[in-house]
Amino acid sequence: MALLEINNLSIAVASQGQLLPVVTDCSFSVAAHETLGVVGESGCGKSLTALAIMGLLEGSQVNITSGSIVFDGRDLLQLRPAQRRAIMGNQMAMVFQEPMTSLNPVYRIGEQITEVLQQHRKITHRESRQRALELLDLVKIPHPQDRIDSYPHQLSGGQRQRVMIAIAMACEPALLIADEPTTALDVTVQKEVLDLMLDLQTRTGTSIILISHDLGVIAETCDEVAVMYRGRIIEKATTASLFANMAHPYTRGLLASIPTIDTDNDWLQAIPGRVPGIDEKVNGCPFHPRCAHTETPCTQTAPRLIDTHPHHAVRCHFAGEI
Amino acid sequence: MLGYTLKRLLTLIPTLLVASILIFLFVHLIPGDPASILLGDSATPEEIASLSAHMGLDRPLWQQYLVWFKNVLHGDFGQSIFFKTPVLEVIADGAETSICLALMTMFWIVLIGIPVGIVSASFHGSWVDQITSGGAMLLASIPTFWLGLYLILIFSVGLGWFPSSGFPSISDEGGLSNLRYLILPSLTLAAPNAALIVRLVRASMLDVSREDHVRTARAKGLHPARVSIKHVFRNALIAVAAAFGFTFAALVSEAVVTETVFSLPGIGRLVVQSILRRDYPVIQGVILLIVLLYLVINLLVDLAYARLDPRVSLQ
Repeated sequence: MALLEINNLSIAVASQGQLLPVVTDCSFSVAAHETLGVVGESGCGKSLTALAIMGLLEGSQVNITSGSIVFDGRDLLQLRPAQRRAIMGNQMAMVFQEPMTSLNPVYRIGEQITEVLQQHRKITHRESRQRALELLDLVKIPHPQDRIDSYPHQLSGGQRQRVMIAIAMACEPALLIADEPTTALDVTVQKEVLDLMLDLQTRTGTSIILISHDLGVIAETCDEVAVMYRGRIIEKATTASLFANMAHPYTRGLLASIPTIDTDNDWLQAIPGRVPGIDEKVNGCPFHPRCAHTETPCTQTAPRLIDTHPHHAVRCHFAGEI
Repeated sequence: MLGYTLKRLLTLIPTLLVASILIFLFVHLIPGDPASILLGDSATPEEIASLSAHMGLDRPLWQQYLVWFKNVLHGDFGQSIFFKTPVLEVIADGAETSICLALMTMFWIVLIGIPVGIVSASFHGSWVDQITSGGAMLLASIPTFWLGLYLILIFSVGLGWFPSSGFPSISDEGGLSNLRYLILPSLTLAAPNAALIVRLVRASMLDVSREDHVRTARAKGLHPARVSIKHVFRNALIAVAAAFGFTFAALVSEAVVTETVFSLPGIGRLVVQSILRRDYPVIQGVILLIVLLYLVINLLVDLAYARLDPRVSLQ
């Protein structure tokens, strides 16, 4: 059984008395010790899906309208708030996109790490500080002994993201959700942080959901990939199959838009147009206004997710043909 | 921290110097002179002139200023023209009332303003928030004198719970229970300021609650109340601390009205009466002390600011 199973999850945002769908009928699963990559442009619903799994949509304008999130055999959406909180930061943890603002500026980083330990473990102050030092060492912060009493503003972006990872890994979660963990970092630091997460994964066996808009990152790190567009999964496959049998025009567009130095292109390849706003209605296939292969059926009926290969599903009328 | 404090204390000197000149000039700009007020309507011009000369009021203003300033530097604020006693003694007589009133007012502001602000922010958009925010708006708009008179009408005249005026010293018979004389005045004085603190706490907490680090705190599985106090309120306090400096300035001017309404023997009423009596030395002394107090309180606010926000470094 998979560690996490998302079944037909739909999310909508309440706006001026109506519910606008932002994630529609989304299903995927994450096996224990595996890494799932979720790819897509900004505004495609990846972050909202992550926040929904984590339980951070409570109290916002965004609501889960249907579906289930089964984690370790329990449907998280049926749990009482206290039961849900017992999982958050404990069996399931999250690293966010913005390391510069994700730590509280008024507390020392040691305090921010021990806080989560003291929330979920019966542990003395001394022990939790000792554990915080180990964690800082684990995420390769140099001289943890000196750094533990620093304030966030005294650390660089990369170091802050390492501290965020230390907080997330403090209780050795079964699932780590990383929402664009390297996007806000310098390119040189990006690889280090990514390697660190993979290293921690091999040590602790945690599953990872890695959200990114960078197919290159996904190719290097993930076992399976889900590509999202406008709140729907439009292609889902093992990483090997995705790159071998890439079928959806959108996925291909994403791959083509990664600049390479070996081809002699003057122009950066881009997918034409933009992701339509959530209040704009698109009939038929949601991608058809931007697709180079649009034909009559695309503008009329929305395609279903169909298996083209083993462990490879595509939501396109012409999957396998184009 | 210590070096910064000393440096700030040194910068008080030029500020106080300028303030003393302004105060002296403004006080002497008030029409009417002390001699004619002291002698009454029946005095002849000769009598007034000789008394003025006796008090040194016939000399050029700059000479009067220099004499006064030199004495102030020696800790001598002069003699009250009306009481015929040293100004510092006159001020000391009113100080007990004013200090007790100020402390009690601050007590209400903190005790009411902060918790109500937290509740208002925590339930923002709900009926609880509507009531507290609306109530705060109402209290902030009511003039002090009006609120004071109505409190007297209801709680002194109507219910008879609290005395309506005066304040016997707490060293007199009755001791600390004499503080009950200050309950209505301090509530009057606290109301508009507590209301501002309520609105400020609410607004800053709502601002902070939208910040990313609050999401991190929630992702740790902390109880919402803990997130609210430890991560939202604690950070909102930075903005609230800055407001206490302004609150103090408001208290000084509102205390003048409140002490008059409740006939309290405090410094606020002393200033008003001294202006009516053209008691120059008292007016100058009190205002200079208020300026000093204001500067010191703002220094304390800045020091508190640096304690609350580790990103602020004092240099």
